[in-house]
Amino acid sequence: MIEFKSVSKLYPDGTRAVDDFSVVIPSRKTTVFVGSSGCGKTTLLRMINRMVDPTDGVIEIDGDDIAKTEPVHLRRGIGYVMQNSGLLPHRRVIDNVATVLFLNKVPKPQAYARANELLDTVGLDRSLAKRYPGELSGGQQQRVGVARGLAANPNILLMDEPFGAVDPIVRVDLQAETMRLQRELDKTIVFVTHDIDEAFLLGDQVLILEKGAKIAQQGTPEEILANPASDFVANFIGADRGKRRLTVDSKVKPRGDDLVLIDAGGYAAGVISAPDGKLATGTASPKSRSISNKTSQAGDA
Amino acid sequence: MQWVWENFPQIWALTLDHIGLSAPPIVIGFVLSIPLGYWASRSRVARSILLSVFSILYTLPALVLFVTVPVALGLAILDPNNVIVALTIYAMAIMIRSANDAFGSVSADVRESARAVGYSPVQRFFRVELPLAGPVLLAGIRVVSVSTVSLATVGGFIGIPSLGNLFQTGFQIHFFPELWAGIVAVLIVAAVFDLILSGLGRLLIPWNRRRTRRRATRMVAKEVIA
Repeated sequence: MIEFKSVSKLYPDGTRAVDDFSVVIPSRKTTVFVGSSGCGKTTLLRMINRMVDPTDGVIEIDGDDIAKTEPVHLRRGIGYVMQNSGLLPHRRVIDNVATVLFLNKVPKPQAYARANELLDTVGLDRSLAKRYPGELSGGQQQRVGVARGLAANPNILLMDEPFGAVDPIVRVDLQAETMRLQRELDKTIVFVTHDIDEAFLLGDQVLILEKGAKIAQQGTPEEILANPASDFVANFIGADRGKRRLTVDSKVKPRGDDLVLIDAGGYAAGVISAPDGKLATGTASPKSRSISNKTSQAGDA
Repeated sequence: MQWVWENFPQIWALTLDHIGLSAPPIVIGFVLSIPLGYWASRSRVARSILLSVFSILYTLPALVLFVTVPVALGLAILDPNNVIVALTIYAMAIMIRSANDAFGSVSADVRESARAVGYSPVQRFFRVELPLAGPVLLAGIRVVSVSTVSLATVGGFIGIPSLGNLFQTGFQIHFFPELWAGIVAVLIVAAVFDLILSGLGRLLIPWNRRRTRRRATRMVAKEVIA
């Protein structure tokens, strides 16, 4: 569990990036910070591994104040995945994955063995191990970045817009992969994004942030969608533009059992199955995320 | 050509003198420029001071420097170390600028990510920033090497033996074979130094060489997919 207690960050030039921020980030769940650029979400993330130190307030990991842990030591125990992978271009893929293990003085054979396993874990072929990062595609690099983040088997994984720079198709792939990993590995993931769809997809808990890292709303995706706390939130999640309010298209004939759904703008948004004219129903239970559904999830990746 | 064969031992001795004069400034200048260039890349104040001071030093004519160094350091006027010190200053004037660019060329993303995964500042310098600055540092030291080898010839004018002696006397007595022998020998030394440096670069910066292969790999991959 990570806990922010009245955390503030004031930069010397007077900018208040974070103002009296408090939140509890539960263990083994995915918490997503979502907001527009400049809202302070990345600053919050970087406070967890002391890349940024707060000017006020306390951050605790499992009850221990992290300000008392030496930053370099702290960082080696927390996985970090960033946009543009941040891989070291002069080290081969396998060495990049093993970076933290080498820093922790794990003997080479063990480190390489573990790094090879991790390539399997993130779905990369071992034949890529000897390549340099520059020889990989953007999506592959991002997977290597995730493997590196997992190398020391940390309990906490920080992800800073990790899929922001890859194309949409690869992004969908990587998101699915992240959910699979979370199911298998049970990490406490803190994920930063400006993409609300990504936040709703991945987050067990979503925090919508306004400027100054002020929490506009906090809750599960379902809670936020059903009850936007303010105009800001409604606007941010697209409810006010009707993007998320769908109606059945009356003009298009159903095809088989499917009805076409249109959003408020009149654009086709999807289909819903309606056998015999009755709409299908379901309950919101994001199985892909929650660990409680582990057993029923075999082969879902 | 006949003159060259007859005087080969003398030319060879001067070549060795020349190497003895030019190699130390290249190495010392490089080593001293790394920390200074790094400092310059990190601090705006350091950068403006270092770069302007060494730019001014660089504009001083070599002869002036050769004469003032012994006075400043209290060395004998004919001590070859005078030349070495002066050439080191010139080397640093080029190399600090180059090192500043080199460290500036390391992407901020990579530096941040090295920090995030837990490199200590010292580890980050030696294992991440220095190797990544390598290609630009290499380009810099190759310029330094060529310029130092050619500047070392000026040593001849203050009586310190180097290949410069050959074209100096050749010029004075209008004896062209000797003049040309001097010029060619200097070019050969410079070329050999450059070969050694680029060879070292290839050895120490292997990921740089693969850039070209990467494009090839991509093209192959595209064909395979197609």
